[in-house]
Amino acid sequence: MKTTYRECVRQALREALLRDPRVFLMGEDVGRYGGCYACSKGLLDELGPERVRDTPLSESAFVGAGIGAALGGMRPIVEIMTCNFSLLALDQILNNAATLRHMSGGQFEVPVVIRMATGAGRQLAAQHSHSLEGWYAHIPGLRVVAPGTLEDARGMLPTALADPDPVLIFENALLYNLAGELSEGAGAVDIDHACVRRPGRDVSLVTYGGSLPKTLAAAELLAAEGISAEVLDLRVLRPLDGAAILATVDKTKRLVVVDEGWRSVSLAAEIVARVAEEGFFSLDAPPVRVCSEEVPIPYPKHLEDAALPQVPKIVRAARQVLHG
Amino acid sequence: MSELTRERGLRLLREMLRIRRFEERCAELYQAEKIRGFLHLYIGEEAIAAGVMPELGPDDAVVATYREHGHALARGVAMNAVMAEMYGKWEGASRGRGGSMHIFDAATRFYGGNAIVGGGLPLAVGLALADALQQRPRVTACFFGDGAVAEGEFHESLNLAALWKLPVLFLCENNLYAMGTALERAQSQVDLVAKAASYALPAARVDGMDVVDVGDATRSAVAAIRRGEGPRFVELATYRFRAHSMFDAELYRTKAEVATWRARDPIALLRQRLDLGEAATAALDAEVVGEVDAAVAFAEAGSWEPVERLTTDVYARRPP
Repeated sequence: MKTTYRECVRQALREALLRDPRVFLMGEDVGRYGGCYACSKGLLDELGPERVRDTPLSESAFVGAGIGAALGGMRPIVEIMTCNFSLLALDQILNNAATLRHMSGGQFEVPVVIRMATGAGRQLAAQHSHSLEGWYAHIPGLRVVAPGTLEDARGMLPTALADPDPVLIFENALLYNLAGELSEGAGAVDIDHACVRRPGRDVSLVTYGGSLPKTLAAAELLAAEGISAEVLDLRVLRPLDGAAILATVDKTKRLVVVDEGWRSVSLAAEIVARVAEEGFFSLDAPPVRVCSEEVPIPYPKHLEDAALPQVPKIVRAARQVLHG
Repeated sequence: MSELTRERGLRLLREMLRIRRFEERCAELYQAEKIRGFLHLYIGEEAIAAGVMPELGPDDAVVATYREHGHALARGVAMNAVMAEMYGKWEGASRGRGGSMHIFDAATRFYGGNAIVGGGLPLAVGLALADALQQRPRVTACFFGDGAVAEGEFHESLNLAALWKLPVLFLCENNLYAMGTALERAQSQVDLVAKAASYALPAARVDGMDVVDVGDATRSAVAAIRRGEGPRFVELATYRFRAHSMFDAELYRTKAEVATWRARDPIALLRQRLDLGEAATAALDAEVVGEVDAAVAFAEAGSWEPVERLTTDVYARRPP
C-alpha cells in the first residue's frame, strides 16, 4: 500500500496504544494539536486524554515523569518536539534513564521510549536544526535508533516498547513526507542490526536516518559512472552493529561515512575509528567522512544547503576513496 | 502537640537513634577510609525521615536525595545492606555500585539515592502517574532540600503534579543551606510554602525538629492524597548539625547558629518528652549500637563484585 513515513509513525503509535493498556503517549501538543508533525493526529479522539497526554512546556518534568512511570510499570512513549529541546531533559535521560539499572545493581529498569525529531533542511536556523543523535549514542544504558525507511518508521516502535531498557528514536524531520510502498503485513522489526539497503562492490557508503535517501541517490549516480556502491543503513546508533560495518568494508575495501552530525568527535568518527582498530587491513584507501560543516546551522537556504551532507558531496567522496 | 503514646514515642526515638548512631559510625569509618567518595550526613534532620516513614504503606514509593541514609533506614532497608553499600560491597543495597548517595531497594520501593539536586522530583511525578493510570491507591513521597527549590525541575514537577492531580507528597527538607549557600542568598522568595502554593496545591510548614509533628502532618497529607485530592507540599524546617560533606570547612555559618539549632536536637527533645529514665535510655542505646556493630561486621565480611561483572546491568539484553 502507498503510505508516508509520517503515517507509518502514526500507525505504529496507534497500534501500540490499542495493543497494550500500559502504553501512553505524552508530550507537547501530541493531543489536541495532533502532534507538531501530525504524527498523533486523531489519536486523542480515539483514545482519550489519559492515553494521549498533552504536557506543559516542561521537558525535564515530562521526560522524567516518563522515566518514573516506566519504573512504575507503565510503557510510556514520550515525544520531545525536536532533539534541540531534548537538552532541557538531558539530565533525566542521562542521569536517570541511562543509569538506574546499573546503579541500582539491576533492581530497576526503565522501559521508556523517547521519540524526537532531528535534523536540518527546513530553514529553521540553528536552534531547530541540529542532529544530536550522536551525543545520545555516546551514553551507555541507552539504545538509540534512527528509522530511515517506511518499514523502520512502522516497525521500530513496537520493538522499542518491548525492550526493557530506554530506547531513543530519532526521526529526521525531512523524512516525514517520504512516500512509498509498505507491505500490508508490515510490523515489528529488529533494533539490533544494520541493513544493506543497496548491495555493491566498489565502495561502502555507511549512513543512517535522514542521510539515507541522499546516500541512495548518490549510489544511483555513481552506478551511472560505473561505480558500484554498497549502502549500509546503520538503523541502530547504539549499540552499533560493528560486525555489519566491518563486513561491508571487508567486501568493498573502501569506506565513506555520511552523517548529518558535525564531523568532530562524532558518530562518523566512531565508525572510522572502529574500522581503523578492527578492519585496518581491509582498507585499500583512507576513509572519508561527509558530515555537517562545523557551524550552527544557518537560516538562508544556500548556506544551510552548504552546511549539510548533499548528494554531490557524497558522490565526490566516493570518487575520492576510489581514485584518490 | 498531639497525644503521644509511649509506644509510638519509643518507636520514633529508636528510629532516630538508629540513624544517628549509624551515621556517627559512618563518619568514623570515613576517617578510617573504609567509606570513600562523598558522605553526606543527615545528623540533626533525623526527625523527618523517622516521622514520615511510619505514615507510608508498604506499597507507597519513596524518592530521596543524596543525603538519604536516614530515609533508607527508616523506610526499612536493612541496615546491613545500607552499610555494605557504604563500603561498596557486593552485598550492598545497590550491589555496591552506588555508594552513599545511591541507595536503591526494590523491596521497599525505595527509588534512590538521587544525587542530581532536583532530579528526583520528575521521577516521583512519573511514579505517581503510573499509580494514577493504574488506579492504585498509592502515594509517592518525594524528599528534596531547599536547594532543589531553585531548580527548574522543582517548578516543572509541582506544576505537572498539581495539573494532573497526582498522588505525590513533596517533602522539602529546608536546612537553610544549599551546600554553603544560604537560602536568602539564593532565592528571591524565601517563603517556600508561598512558592509551592503558587502551583495551586496545599502547602504547609512543619517543625522538622519535632518528630511527632512531622508524623502528624504526614499522616493528614497522606490521607488527603489517598482520598484523591492531589499532591501536597510540606516544608520541614530543619538543620544539618554536621558539615555538608566530609570536605566542608563550614565557613558559611557561625558556631553560634549551629549551637542554637543543636539546642533543638530532635532526639534530645523527644527524650525529654518521654522521660524514659536512665536504665531504659541506656538499654535502647545499647540495642541500637549493637545493630550498628552488626552492620559494620556484615559490611567488613562482604565481598567485592567480581570485575568480570563490571558491564552487567547496563542493558537487560546484551548486544547480539
